[in-house]
Amino acid sequence: MAAAHAAAEHEHHGPPAPHYSSRVSPSVLGMFLFIASEIMLFGAFFTAYFFVRVVNGTPWPTPPFHLPVFVAGVNTAILVTSSFTMHWALQSIKRDNHNGLKAGMLLTFLLGLTFLVTQAREYSRIGFNTGDGAFATIFFCLTGLHGAHVFVGLTLLLFTTVRAFRGHFSSAHHHGVEIPGIYWHFVDAMWIVVYTTVYIL
Amino acid sequence: MRNPLRSEAEAYRFLWLTIVYFAAIVLASLVGGRWWGVGVFVLLTAVGAWLFLRREETGEMTREIPARRPADQKRILVVANETVGGQTLRETIRDKAAGGPSQVLVVTPALNSPLKYWVSDEDDARAAAQLRLDASLARLAADGISARGEVGDSEPLTALEDALRTFGADEIIISTHPEGRSHWLEQGLVTKARERFTVPITHVVVDLEAER
Repeated sequence: MAAAHAAAEHEHHGPPAPHYSSRVSPSVLGMFLFIASEIMLFGAFFTAYFFVRVVNGTPWPTPPFHLPVFVAGVNTAILVTSSFTMHWALQSIKRDNHNGLKAGMLLTFLLGLTFLVTQAREYSRIGFNTGDGAFATIFFCLTGLHGAHVFVGLTLLLFTTVRAFRGHFSSAHHHGVEIPGIYWHFVDAMWIVVYTTVYIL
Repeated sequence: MRNPLRSEAEAYRFLWLTIVYFAAIVLASLVGGRWWGVGVFVLLTAVGAWLFLRREETGEMTREIPARRPADQKRILVVANETVGGQTLRETIRDKAAGGPSQVLVVTPALNSPLKYWVSDEDDARAAAQLRLDASLARLAADGISARGEVGDSEPLTALEDALRTFGADEIIISTHPEGRSHWLEQGLVTKARERFTVPITHVVVDLEAER
């Protein structure tokens, strides 16, 4: 016994004792670190946008092209509404209201899908393509990058919605709703930035 | 640095702040022209940075750091899955726990398929792990060993790390099947755990077929 203990003592290795230095649960912290890297990714595209539009002085939108500001505005309202329903879904499950969770998740998913389908339809009708100058390239890069994030968010929402209908969540266990919710709000916030800079200003 | 967004509720609030921020800039640009927009942008950004830094200074701790254990108490962390009820493992725990006050925490990783892992569908795996754990704790209690248990992450190293965050173990016991039948040994679990953790680690091989 003593020999075994001595052998075990000999096996001491490495790092200090673990602690909650971040004071946030590891899964939530992981999602925020992921979002930070995403902000850097979008930042690279916005830098390109800045150089094309401000430094080079490229007309925005470059004539004869036009941007569908109204349709994109309606799409923005749809996306912001989806954040509201997402928040409602989480608040519902925190109160053990399973019907509220199901309705909230289903509405969030459908609103997100509507946004993506509308954006795809606008792409097909917009009248220019990625090869039609720097303006068109940056437009498709920024909105397309955001659209890809909406697609990923919809995938997460789909999993969460299916799990909500299978009764996987409760007031004590709802990380599977909280984390996609954080991601979805991030996607919405990024769209506000994209819509304002690309379509409005 | 303190994480400014800790929950969905804070992310939701952040979204609304983003909307208000950009709406103000757009309104200023439309009403007063480009330089009004730039002015509002600079003003709101400065106010936002000031509020963030002020919050950073006055931020409160919301999670308690786990309390230190009594100095004379030995803490043993056991990680085992299918071998959790094995005779060899129970004997090892009994030997380690003998000779003074001790606490034993048994962690059973919830093994899951890769697809279910990626879609966070781990309820069945956790339920199965809980059943194995309950049976093991009952056997340990029958042997006179007081232990508590937790179902851990499907990845054993992560399960170990999670348990160490709340249970300041003096010693870790990792239980596996014999070489050739153990996925954990094939993945180099024991070696990796020894590289990663400062706590002494004992590897116990449980041959369930031989024990039957």
